[in-house]
Amino acid sequence: MSHPQQIIPHGHVLRYTLRERLVHWIAGVSYVYLLGTGLAFWSPWLFWLAAALGGAQVSRTLHSWAGLIFVGAVWYMYVMWAPQMKHTDDDRRWWKALKYYSTNQDEKMPPAGRYNAGQKFLFWGFFWCSLLLLLSGVFLWAPQYFAWHSLLAMRIAVLVHASAALFTIGLFMIHLYMGIFAERGAFGSVIRGDVSIAFAKRYHPTWYKEIVGESSSPRK
Amino acid sequence: MSQATLRVQKISGHAGSIPGQDTQREYTVCKFIDTTTCIGCKACEVACVEWNDLPFSETVFDNTYQTMPETRWNYWNLILFNEHEREDGSLLWLMRKNQCMHCAEPGCLAACPADGAIVQYTNGIVDFQQANCIGCGYCITGCPFDIPKMNPKTHRVFKCTLCTDRVSEGLEPACIKSCPTGCLHFGTKDDMKELAESRAKQLRDHSNFPNAGVYDPPGVGGTGVIYVLHDASNPEIYGGLPKNPHVPWSVKLWKGPLKWLGNVAMIGGLVGLFVHYLRYGPKAREEEDLAIKPGGGRT
Ligand code: HEM
Ligand code: SF4
Ligand code: SF4
Repeated sequence: MSHPQQIIPHGHVLRYTLRERLVHWIAGVSYVYLLGTGLAFWSPWLFWLAAALGGAQVSRTLHSWAGLIFVGAVWYMYVMWAPQMKHTDDDRRWWKALKYYSTNQDEKMPPAGRYNAGQKFLFWGFFWCSLLLLLSGVFLWAPQYFAWHSLLAMRIAVLVHASAALFTIGLFMIHLYMGIFAERGAFGSVIRGDVSIAFAKRYHPTWYKEIVGESSSPRK
Repeated sequence: MSQATLRVQKISGHAGSIPGQDTQREYTVCKFIDTTTCIGCKACEVACVEWNDLPFSETVFDNTYQTMPETRWNYWNLILFNEHEREDGSLLWLMRKNQCMHCAEPGCLAACPADGAIVQYTNGIVDFQQANCIGCGYCITGCPFDIPKMNPKTHRVFKCTLCTDRVSEGLEPACIKSCPTGCLHFGTKDDMKELAESRAKQLRDHSNFPNAGVYDPPGVGGTGVIYVLHDASNPEIYGGLPKNPHVPWSVKLWKGPLKWLGNVAMIGGLVGLFVHYLRYGPKAREEEDLAIKPGGGRT
């Protein structure tokens, strides 16, 4: 990962390439649509969301197609990021120090690489849930195409789909909270692609060391 | 299919109160099917297809008298033929008219997420409103009798309407009208229950059917279609009529605890994050705060 071209002027470093940012937003936009239409079918009190998102029947159709787009984006992230998402010893220590992280005592945290343990958890949570959502969702979409379809399988698929969706909703709320509110400076990384050197040193010191390399000193 | 001037008492996927609920009392209607006098002539099948103008559907010949293996989105009324050998070696040839049971507590309606796609009228008829249906198939998972069927082209679900359009005009359902043996009856639930009980008693007392009885399963709150069976202790032999039908556990779990838990978790999560922000705020406020202090410690 040592790339001098990741060091850009004005005290910033490149965190996400254009490709990474695009995939992130394809996943993000499709997820928000899935969330809105899914919640409309989840609760009568939110059924108006379906009307706002294209009408009930359209929502139902587009929900499935948006699901395919979303899962495709998650799959692409897997291809791009899986090696960087491996659990390390530092991650184990990170989880032990979670209470410091959640109370903003970041100086007490073990150093993180490009992704800290929480971000890795978010990634794997989304990855596995999207597989569950894909399997159950495609099955509910058109059960007649599955030779083994049965009432029991449909009943289980509904429960799996709703449970996996709920789990991702939890992850999603924390993700937004961290990215927009808690870690100021993170949002820009998925828009412009860069973070300040101070941000990189504070939240991802191991990653920062990797990209500047031992020899090269950051250009200002 | 037709909403006529009927009042509704239950609406699927509906938030808030139900307009007009409890303003009027109405008789609960009921279809009583005496399986002991059905001759399997299928007049009711034809009447159903005709009255409801259902498009032609190919039949399946599987060496039985049955028109097809199960009901379809465009074939709502099917006589199920079953042979059953009794303990004394004698044979029962069972014919049961299968269709929507118009449950008092319909699992289809409980499972449906679309506002107004399934309604229950004050007379007890459970009716699908295809205009509001989104084709998700949840109703299929909610029905203990495997009745709702999806039209694969239009993605709308159909089933027996108990001829809502006829009943709301004071007529009996088309199947009742067509039955040549009089094994089909239609009236108020109370009257039909009484008639059915007296027929069951007759079978017990005067024919060789000591187990004859009425099928009106309490697990779904009773049904708007009741049967008299030669052997009410063993309804499964009538083409898998469930002995103790109820809204499936998965639907109860999903619309009960899971929904509750999910809603508490989502709202609790939002509140929790908000309070966390009030208490701890951002990790570092401005870009300068991010900086590492001289001496290596991070703020
Ligand atoms: C992976 C591709 C996906 C497919 C093919 C898919 C398909 C479906 C289908 C067919 C249904 C049945 C209800 C309907 O469409 O009206 C459904 C419901 C739902 N989906 Fe998805 N979906 C996918 C991904 C997601 C994702 C990522 C979420 C995350 C928010 C989600 C949330 C929901 C929710 C909350 C429901 C309603 C569940 C309930 O009422 O219990 N889906 N989905
Ligand atoms: S498919 Fe069934 S559950 Fe889904 S909207 Fe239509 S009637 Fe309701
Ligand atoms: S038999 Fe099935 S479709 Fe008919 S009312 Fe009961 S649950 Fe609904």
